[in-house]
Amino acid sequence: MENQIESQGLSRRKFLKLGGGITFLVTAVGLPALVFKKEELADTKQISAWVHLAADGTVTIYNPASEMGQGTMTALAAIFAEEMDADWTKVKIEDAPVEPEIYGIGWGGERGGSMLTVGSRSVSGHYNNLRQSGAQARYVLLTAVAEKWGVERNELKTESGVVFHPKSNRKITYGEIVEFVKIPASVPEIPDSDLKNPKDFKLIGKEYQRYDVPFKVDGSAIYSGDIHVPGMVYAAIVRSPVNGTQPELKNESAIRGIKGVLNLVSLKHGVGVVANSMETALKAKAMMEITWKGDPKAKSHNSQEAYAEYEQLSKSSQTGSIVAQAGDLNRELPKAQKTIKADYKNDYVYHAQMEPLNAVAHVKADSAEVWVGTQASDGTRNDVANHLGLDFKAINLHTCYLGGGFGRRSMTDFVIEAVDISKAINLPVKLQWTREDDLQYGAFRPISLQKLEAGIDQNGNINSWKHVVIGTGGGLLGSGADIPFYDIPNKLIEVRNIDHGVRTKHWRAVGHGPNKFAIETFVDEIALEQKKDPYQLRRELMKNHPRELAVLDKVADMAKWDSPVPKGRARGIAFAERSGSLAAGVCEISVDRSTGKIKVHKIWGSLDGGVVVHPQNAMYQMEGSLVMGLSSVLFESITFKEGQVEQSNFYDYPILRMEDAPEEIILEIIPSTEKPTGIGEAGLPFMGAIISNAFAALTGKRLRHMPFTPEKVLEILS
Amino acid sequence: MQYSFILNGKPVQVTAEEDANLLWTLRERLKMTGTKYGCGVSLCGSCIVHIDGKPIKSCITPLSQAEGKKVTTIEGLSEDRSHPLQLAWIEEQVPQCGYCQSGQIMQAAALLAENPNPNREEIIKHMNGVLCRCGTYLKILKAIEKTAQKV
Ligand code: FES
Ligand code: FES
Repeated sequence: MENQIESQGLSRRKFLKLGGGITFLVTAVGLPALVFKKEELADTKQISAWVHLAADGTVTIYNPASEMGQGTMTALAAIFAEEMDADWTKVKIEDAPVEPEIYGIGWGGERGGSMLTVGSRSVSGHYNNLRQSGAQARYVLLTAVAEKWGVERNELKTESGVVFHPKSNRKITYGEIVEFVKIPASVPEIPDSDLKNPKDFKLIGKEYQRYDVPFKVDGSAIYSGDIHVPGMVYAAIVRSPVNGTQPELKNESAIRGIKGVLNLVSLKHGVGVVANSMETALKAKAMMEITWKGDPKAKSHNSQEAYAEYEQLSKSSQTGSIVAQAGDLNRELPKAQKTIKADYKNDYVYHAQMEPLNAVAHVKADSAEVWVGTQASDGTRNDVANHLGLDFKAINLHTCYLGGGFGRRSMTDFVIEAVDISKAINLPVKLQWTREDDLQYGAFRPISLQKLEAGIDQNGNINSWKHVVIGTGGGLLGSGADIPFYDIPNKLIEVRNIDHGVRTKHWRAVGHGPNKFAIETFVDEIALEQKKDPYQLRRELMKNHPRELAVLDKVADMAKWDSPVPKGRARGIAFAERSGSLAAGVCEISVDRSTGKIKVHKIWGSLDGGVVVHPQNAMYQMEGSLVMGLSSVLFESITFKEGQVEQSNFYDYPILRMEDAPEEIILEIIPSTEKPTGIGEAGLPFMGAIISNAFAALTGKRLRHMPFTPEKVLEILS
Repeated sequence: MQYSFILNGKPVQVTAEEDANLLWTLRERLKMTGTKYGCGVSLCGSCIVHIDGKPIKSCITPLSQAEGKKVTTIEGLSEDRSHPLQLAWIEEQVPQCGYCQSGQIMQAAALLAENPNPNREEIIKHMNGVLCRCGTYLKILKAIEKTAQKV
C-alpha cells in the first residue's frame, strides 16, 4: 500500500514535494518520529502530515477527528492555524488519513492513541498537540526564512501567513517560502513560553465560520451514501428481529427470480440481497420470508417488565459495582433524622441520527477499499482488516461526513456487513440500511431504574446519599452517577447490571442523561420536602466548588430565578457536568391539561468549558444537545416485546419537531483560562430534571419516568 | 423504460425499471446526491425536492410522476449557493451534521416562493414535517425569518 510508516531510523526524509507544495511532518513528542513514504506528486488528499502548504498560499490542514456535525473539523484546524499563524482565509481542511500514530489521541490527550471521535474529546484531547504542531510548522518556516535572509530566527515575526523581519523591513508570504523551504532533520519541541500568548489569539475564542457549512447548504458535502464506484451494486439486509437468532430463508428461489436481483448472501444474523438498483434491493428485502431459529437470551426480554426485575435486584444484599463511595453510608443512613426516597425510570432510547447507516465497500483479493462515515476511523480499519485476515495496511478507508453519529457510528457492524457482501460477490457494493433497519437493529441507550435515598440530619442537611442504578448495558450505566461537586459526607453510588442479551450502546452523553435526570430531580424533591429553594439547596451543597457554583449562579441570574413566573408557567433548575464541562439549565414550561402536552417556552443554559476554541459553535452544540435531550425526555421510548423492538420508524418513534422546540434558548459561556473540556454533550444531561422540576413546581406532581409523554402526563394529573 | 424530465434546468433522460423512484433515481442514476434518504415513507423530509415548484417527498414519488416536469433539487436551487436562503443558512451557521438541511432549505424555499413574508406560526406549520436530529430548528427559523424580511 501507499501509506507506509517508517521509523526515523529508516528514512530521514522529512518532507515531500508534491503538487507545488510541501507537506510538513511534525514529529510527535515522546514517540519515534514517523515518516510516510509516498510517491511524489501524490494526491494531496492522501498526504499524511498535519499541513500542506501550496505556493499560492493555500494552507491545507488535516482534520484528525470525524465530522459528524459537532464542528470540530473547524475548531481543530483553528487551533493549528492559530499557532502556525496561518492566514485563515487561505485555510482548507481535509480529513487526515487513518494513521492513529500521528492523528490519534489517548484518553489523557497524549498523541498516538486512537482516532475515535467520542465523548466530546476532540478539542480537549487535541488542544495541546495541535498548538505544538502548529508552532512547529511555523518554526520550520521561520528557520527557512532566517537562513535565506541570513538573519536570526528570533528576529522574525509572523502575522496571518506573512513573515516579517522588522530590522531590515523585509517580508515574505508563507506561499513564497514553499520554493526554498527545507525541513530540518528534526523539529524541536516548542517550549510553552514560545507559544502564543492567549491575549494574542486571533482564532481561539473568536468568531469565525464553520468550514463545512457552505457544503451543507448546496448538497455538495459527501456522506458515504453519496459515493459511487464504477461497477457498484446495491445491497440490503434483513436482520434478526431478536438479537442472536439465525435466519432460514424460505423463498430463496422466488427472491432470486426477481428481475434485477443478482445474488443472496447469508450472514450469521441475516440475509443480504444484492441487486442492480437500490429499488430492487429494497423490494427484494421486503419480500423475503425468513424463519428465525435459535433461542437466545434476548427472546425472554420484555422491557416494561424489566423494571420489576430491577426492583427485585435492588433488594439483593449483594452490592453491585461501586461508582463512588465516601464516609460510611451503612452506618450513617439508619441514624438519619429523616430519610427521603424516590425511584426514577428511563426507557431505552434510539440514536435516530438522520442518516441511516450505510457503507460502500470493495473487497479485492488481498486488499479492501471502504467508504464510510464513522466515529472510529482506525477502529473500522482494524476491524475490517481482522475480519478479512489482512494487514491493516491493505485497507484503504475513505472517511466521509457523518449524517449524525451520537455513538451509533462508533460501532462497525454495518461496515463489516458491507465488507462481507462485497467479498461474497466480488463487486463493489453500497449497503443501505432502511430507517426501519436502523431503528430495529439499533443499539440503544440502556433502560434503567434508579433508586435514590437521602438521609437528613438534625440540622436539616443532607448527611447521606445512596444511589443504586439498576439496568442493562453494564459500563454504560454508571457515567454521570457520581456527584463530586455536592459535598455529602456519606455516599454510596453503585451500578447493578442484568444482561438482557439486547444491543446497547453509548448514546450522546451516555449514562449522564438518565443519571443526571434522577440525581437532579431527586435534589429538587429533597428541596421541596425541606421547604428550601432548589437553587439555594444546590448552592449550599456546592459551596466549596467555586467553578460549579459560578455556573449555577450564572444560569439563575440569566433566568432571573427569583422573579415571578408568568401565569400558568413554572421554572425548573438543574446542574450537570459532562466530559469535564460544567453546565446548568433553567426552563420555563406550561402544560396543556387537556392533551397532556408539555410546552417548553424558554431554556437558559450556562456553560464552563474551559478555554472555548470556537464559542459560537460551542453554543450551537449546547443548543443542539439540549434540543436532542428535550426530544428524548418528552417523546422517545424503545420497548422490547419478547426480544423484538416494537417501534419501527418516526411514526411510532417520534423525535422532536420544530413545533415542539423551545421558543427561545438563551446560552452563555463563562470565560475561562482553564484547559478545554468537552462541549458537544454538555446541554443534554440536565434536560430531564429541569422539565420534571418545572412540572412539579407547576402541578405539584412529579414525573419520574422518562419519556414524559402526554399519556404519562395525563395519568399523573388525573 | 425511458423517462425524461427537466432536472435543475437541463433536460435529462433516464432508462430505468417501472418501479424506479425519484429519490433513488436522483441519487443513484443521476448521481445528484444532495437529496437525502432519511425514512423512505414520507416522515422526515430529508428527500424534499420541487416538482414544478412544489415541494414533494421524493422517497415516495414514482419516477413516472416526474415525467415531463421540472424537477429542482438543492443542487439546482442556485448555481453558486446564492439563493437568499442559502446565504441566510451560512450567515446563521445553521447546519450541524447537515444531513437534513437539503430538505429543510427546499421546503423553506417553497414557502417563500408562495408567501414571501410568512409569520412565525406559518413557518413552523410549513416546516414541521422536516426533522432535524441535531436540533437546529431555532437556527432554521431565524434564517427563514431573516430571509423573509429581506425579500
Ligand atoms: S426520506 Fe422521504 S420523507 Fe423521509
Ligand atoms: S443538521 Fe443534522 S439532522 Fe439536521
